[in-house]
Amino acid sequence: MYTDKVMDHFTNPRNVGEIEDANGVGEVGNASCGDIMKIFLKVENNIIKDVKFKTFGCGAAIATSSMVTEMAIGKTIEEALELSNQAVAEALDGLPAQKMHCSNLAADALHEAIKNYITKNN
Amino acid sequence: MKHIYLDYNATSPVRPEVLETMLPFYREQFGNPSSVHWAGRQVSGALEKAREQVASLINASPAEIVFVSCGSEGDNMAIKGTLDALKDRGNHIITTAVEHPAVLETCAAMEKAGYEVTYLPVDKNGELDLAELEKAITAKTVLISVMWANNETGNIYPIEEIGRIAKKYNIRFHTDAVQAVGKVPVDVQKANIDLLVISGHKIGAPKGVGAIYIRRGTRMTQFMHGGHQERNRRAGTQNVAGIAGLGKACELASQELVSYYRRVRALRDRLEDGISSQVPEIKLNGTPFRDRRLPNTLNVSFAYIEGESLLLNLDMFGIAASSGSACTSGSLEPSHVMGAMCVEVTLAHSSTRFSLGPETTAEEIDHVLDVLPTTVQRLRDMSPLYNCGRTAEGCETCETVRRL
Ligand SMILES: Cc1ncc(COP(=O)(O)O)c(C=O)c1O
Ligand code: FES
Repeated sequence: MYTDKVMDHFTNPRNVGEIEDANGVGEVGNASCGDIMKIFLKVENNIIKDVKFKTFGCGAAIATSSMVTEMAIGKTIEEALELSNQAVAEALDGLPAQKMHCSNLAADALHEAIKNYITKNN
Repeated sequence: MKHIYLDYNATSPVRPEVLETMLPFYREQFGNPSSVHWAGRQVSGALEKAREQVASLINASPAEIVFVSCGSEGDNMAIKGTLDALKDRGNHIITTAVEHPAVLETCAAMEKAGYEVTYLPVDKNGELDLAELEKAITAKTVLISVMWANNETGNIYPIEEIGRIAKKYNIRFHTDAVQAVGKVPVDVQKANIDLLVISGHKIGAPKGVGAIYIRRGTRMTQFMHGGHQERNRRAGTQNVAGIAGLGKACELASQELVSYYRRVRALRDRLEDGISSQVPEIKLNGTPFRDRRLPNTLNVSFAYIEGESLLLNLDMFGIAASSGSACTSGSLEPSHVMGAMCVEVTLAHSSTRFSLGPETTAEEIDHVLDVLPTTVQRLRDMSPLYNCGRTAEGCETCETVRRL
């Protein structure tokens, strides 16, 4: 049901954890639908230097979280805001149809964290 | 990698003796049991033998057994066939909030068609309050439908007492015994049952065959129209091989019931005790009274983690179990059984069912106990809910979807 890439990110998730001195934190999802995703950012000179995540959810939720952190590192915040849910799913070679709502979460969580960074720093 | 199958409540492998019994009906004994010639005569005896084997397992007489294609068909037939046959007497059915979809969705369809349905609630352990059942009975009640044992929690319902209540009010009583047959003693006389449903693939017979016990004299509207098979109660040329297999599986179940119970129960208890002592912050789903649970079933939630991700991790170790998580069902809501039991919503998403079978070994259970604690911990370390000071939602705010 899942692609090899999804299984790879699910079994060896990248960037799991928290950033102690994060300057942007975002959380999306809700427990009743079964997924909660939290993203921690370290932004320096407008560039995302570090990203970490914590996720409660299914295989797809964990894999998309992992993938979005990989995609975001090194990007400017403007570039990262352009990252779409679709792009995350595509980078994983697709998700099962009934799981598409989880992939939405990953980019949304990243965007929330960036917005949190922007509000804090203006 | 070794495969460890702990999902017997979903389905079971066909037992070798059962397969042996079936094979001749795909080869030389291929006849249509309704035919008068030698080819038909060769197989009609097999049907009657299977009828006896099934009847004897549940203390019925062979003429009261009708073969169907699966448990779901039996449940549909019991409910629709009764409501229509008794429509002059009433229009009300009483069932429970924790039935299998084969009953729940049939009841929902009957509601749409204008019938009234009462879904009895269960408590936090998934147990029924029989006073509620008596209170729900009205002059219009024509059917009580309560499962013998629940597929997710393994809870066994007090079927004999419900049978007494049904008799007292002279109401027909149907029980979905798909999970109970072969695991615990089932006696239709003792429990005063009018309709009882069995499915082959849960007891070592193949998929696509089942049986319904219809007490002698129980008026039913026919549901599958066609030929005169099964004494006009269910049309269609019988699945002879499957039926012979079901008969054999029932015969084995009768012979092995006591030893099966003892063996499987000891292994399940070993798993349950092992998980309780090695994994912190778990919740048992179902009754804590082990005698009131199927001997083979254990349903637990592991706080802070989601069921599907746990199943995928276990699968990497070759372990097959199942989950009440929404993510495994393709819907957005966790299992209706967890909902009815008021299991807090994140715990419902993490509910994990281990169901053992006659082939399960102690080594397999120990292997599960070896890998489970670290797997759970790995997922907890990844979870934003773990160690974050968040408390579980109370009943007021919990959004678990409940049918009632
Ligand atoms: C309690 C219960 N009832 C009914 C069914 C349906 O049986 P079948 O798969 O034979 O239609 C099942 C099987 O999933 C079950 O567990
Ligand atoms: S977390 Fe529910 S489908 Fe992914």
